[in-house]
Formats: sequence, C-alpha cells, structure tokens
Amino acid sequence: MGVTYHPLGDQAVLIHFKQEVSSEVLAEVQCLKQAIQKEQPDWLYEAVPGYASLAVHYDLTQLVQEKDPYEYVVSFLKGKANALETSNSFKQRTVKIPVCYGGELGPDLEEVAEHAGISAEEVIKRHQNGDYTVYMLGFAPGFPYIGGLDPAIAAPRKNNPRTAIPAGSVGIAGKQTGVYSIETPGGWQIIGRTPEKLFDLNRDESFLLKAGDRIEFYAITEKEFEEWQR
Amino acid sequence: MIKVVEPGLLSSIQDNGRRGHQESGIIISGVMDTFSLRIANMLVGNPEDEAGLEITLTGPTIEFLEDQLIAICGADFSATIDDQPAPLWRPVAVKKGSTLHMKFSKVGCRGVIAVGGGFDIPKVLGSKSTYLRANIGGFKGRSLEKEDIIQSGERSSQSERIFKSVINHPVKWSVSNAYTHNVYDRSVMRVIPGKQYHDFTEESRNCFFEQDYKISKQSDRMGFRLDGDNLECGLNGDMLSEGVAFGTIQVPADGQPIILLADRQTLGGYPKIGQIASVDLPALIQKKPGEAIRFEEISIQDAQNLFKQREKEWQELKQMINIKLEGLDG
Repeated sequence: MGVTYHPLGDQAVLIHFKQEVSSEVLAEVQCLKQAIQKEQPDWLYEAVPGYASLAVHYDLTQLVQEKDPYEYVVSFLKGKANALETSNSFKQRTVKIPVCYGGELGPDLEEVAEHAGISAEEVIKRHQNGDYTVYMLGFAPGFPYIGGLDPAIAAPRKNNPRTAIPAGSVGIAGKQTGVYSIETPGGWQIIGRTPEKLFDLNRDESFLLKAGDRIEFYAITEKEFEEWQR
Repeated sequence: MIKVVEPGLLSSIQDNGRRGHQESGIIISGVMDTFSLRIANMLVGNPEDEAGLEITLTGPTIEFLEDQLIAICGADFSATIDDQPAPLWRPVAVKKGSTLHMKFSKVGCRGVIAVGGGFDIPKVLGSKSTYLRANIGGFKGRSLEKEDIIQSGERSSQSERIFKSVINHPVKWSVSNAYTHNVYDRSVMRVIPGKQYHDFTEESRNCFFEQDYKISKQSDRMGFRLDGDNLECGLNGDMLSEGVAFGTIQVPADGQPIILLADRQTLGGYPKIGQIASVDLPALIQKKPGEAIRFEEISIQDAQNLFKQREKEWQELKQMINIKLEGLDG
C-alpha cells in the first residue's frame, strides 16, 4: 500500500493515500481503518477517514514511557499497512434511500434542470441511476459526502445559502450529492427529501450510513413520504 | 443543584469531549482548557474527566440551591460568594442559598467550575459535553440561560470528606502559582510543521514565524481567526478534505490562518501550515480577542518530550494535592 505518514500535531498521525477520489483508494482507507480498529491498542482514540487519508488520533498519556511515541505509533501503523497488501476484504453494504423529488420538498429541482438543460423528470431519473458510494461523513452528524453523481446534473452551490434546510433534504453541490442529517444552514441545491432519518439518537444505530456504503436512491410519492413519517 | 441567575457570555457543560464518532461527523467538543478541568475536578474529589461548567469572558451568576463543594480554575473573573472574594484553584464549600457572582475576566478568557459529584446529566454518545451547533449533549444541548436549574450528582466518599472538612475549616492553600505560571504564561506558541507546510511559499513560511498575529474578534470555540500578513500556498483550492486536530493551523484562500479549537469540524479542506504543541494549548485558549501571539517551530520529538515533562509535573502536583486533601480533618 503506497502511503505516507505525517505528524498531525503531537497526538495524531495523518496517513496519506494516493490523492484521488476513487473506489480503490476508498477501499484502501477503509481496510486500513478496520485493521487498526480490530487491534484496539489502548492508546488509540479513533481513526478518521477523509477522501484519501486516515487521521489516527492517539492518547499520548498512554505512551509517555515510549522513547519516541510518534515513531512507535507510525511503526505500528506501517505494520498494519504492509500486512494489508495481500488481503482485500473490504465488503460494502448497500443502503436504499427513498426520496420524494420536487415540489415543496425539493424546491431547487427546476433550477438544477434548467442548469443542466434537461427536464425535471430527466433530473430525477438520472439522480436515481447514479452509482453512489459514501466517501466520508462530516460537516454535521451523519452527513454523507456521496460520490458517483451523473455529471450531467452536477450544479453549483446556491449563491445565497439558506438559513435552515430541513433534515432529510437531498441536495446536489458540484459533482457531489448528499442528504442533510439535521436541520442546518446550507448552500446545496435541494431536489427532494427522504423520510429516512440519517441521524437519530433514539436508535441503537444512531447513524444510518458509514463511509464505504453504496447508496441507491429511489423515488416515492408525496403520499408515501407522509405515510412513512407516521 | 444550582440555579442560573445570569448565564454570562457563554457558559456550557463540558467534559473531555466526545471521542470515537468523528468518522460519523460528530465533533469532539469538550472543554477548551483541559488543565483547568482536570485540576478543578481533582480539588473537589471527582474523577479527572467529570464534566464541569466552562465559562467565557464574562462569568455567570449562580445561586446554590443546596450545600455544594466547588472549585474555580482558569481565568480570574473576580468571583465573589455572597460579596466575599472567592478564591481560585482550591476547594470551596458553599452553603445553600449562597450566590456566586462573576465579572469580566481580568486576565485570561476561560474558566471552569467543578462541583463535587459532577453534574447529573445524561451522557450522549459517551460524553456530557455540549455540542452547541447540533444541540446535542450537555444541558438541553445548549449554553446556559437564565433560570436554568441543573442537578449535581451524588458526591463520592472522597468528595464528601473534602466537603465536610472544608465547610468547617476553609482551606488556606491553593494550587501553586509556579505551576499555573508554567502552563499559562506564554505568548509564543510552539508549532509542529503540518502536512502542507512545504506547499507554502518560502516567503510565507518565514513570514509565519516572524510576525505577530492578532486574535480576531471573529473567534469562538470552533477556532481562532488570526489577523496578519497573507500567507500564500501553491495548493489553493486543490486539496481533498482530511482529518484535523485541536490546535491545527489551517490557511484558507484569503491567506489568514485559523487555529482549530475544541468545536472544530471533523474534516478540513484547507492546507495545514502547522499544529500547535499540546502543552501550549491551555495558554493559547486563554488569549482574548485582540491579544497577540507568535509562532516558533518545534519538532514532533521535542513537542512530545515537553508533553512527557508536563505529565510528570502534573503527576507531582496531583500527589501534592492528594497529600493536602488527605490531611484535611474529616
């Protein structure tokens, strides 16, 4: 695995992979993350994936006996990364997400259609046909950055971000699509809304998605949306 | 049980932060000044990582609805209890019906109030910290407001013993000035070069270490924005978002650095010129908007050695406090 190691301050290591957004790099990042987590060393706080990186945060108070704590952690990580080259056991889940497109729930659908020079129906069709992967979560609890959008319906962020976008809103920003997990201000073009909760503290699994998941969006009617919410 | 009479500028419940969920987009949050929280908890017989009340620039006014053991650490807010000066850095027993009043901080920016038994609020995803932007955790997911009533937890036997002694015989000692001076009194922040350090122009790298930076008014728990000469990086806008940490210094396209703090986002897409050494973070977060800091380069090895040294000093201090606390008559 061709990776490089860099200090992210004195309590984290930043592992850099080939700097590209691709399913190959995603699989490498996820495999290495799982290998590190599986071992659960007592100094490990957490490993946070980016598009093509992994930030490994460690508890330096657990390593004060080490002569060079940074080198100690890096050599552990190198061991894991080198052992990975032969195995590639990354399994992806597929999560299906229902979306009610357009209308009040998707106020920017027409704008996206206009920008793409196609009909709203065509935008909906193309959005459902994407080959989607969650690259990472961030910005808000459980908010997924999803790659694989049909470039024909890519659209720039809104000039004036909205002050409140409801949870469940499905948006487009550049070549990414995403789903708002909580109500928050934001500038993505909103084309629909899902009744699924991406983040719910009252659920055993608080987060619907994780990095690496494959996503399939499918259209539902307004009536189905309302029934789902009951 | 305490009642908030005036909340102060920004008072929120914080512990050491919510770890293990950054990969799901949950920020760490947690107290800005980890040393103050650690010491304040120790002084009231709590576990080191119990949640305390973090206060900012202008402190709160609090009425105690029952007898309470407290410790105030960090910045000096000219605290009084029923109009008598309230000492910092030591355990103080407060009688039911008393009022703690705090003003604008004279020196420093943030303080911590720990209560014996901690605050009786549920942990959310493993932590009592308030995640202000997402309304998660802490007291109702928000900063304190007038009339809030917060339950405290049951005092441990250690905490109860300290309380019983101190209510009859107020202690005369405090955590040594020499120790707090060593932790807090510096304006030169030691910086470990960041991943993108060499992507900055040579001129910018020199400029970064040669000039004074002023902490902007647009600073909060998420980050300190700095005012200084623009820094130029060859990577402009051409970076994939990646992990960041407490003390990461990133430079957006406008060339003005931002130091990420307790409420930092989980990922950042701007070039990182450096990272402040952990031992200098308590001093950094006590700076007020308008105050100046400078940067000085340090190697990762030296930064970790300083951390080890600080840990050793902390263990010694802990022993001293323990001896003092054990020596109190029950």
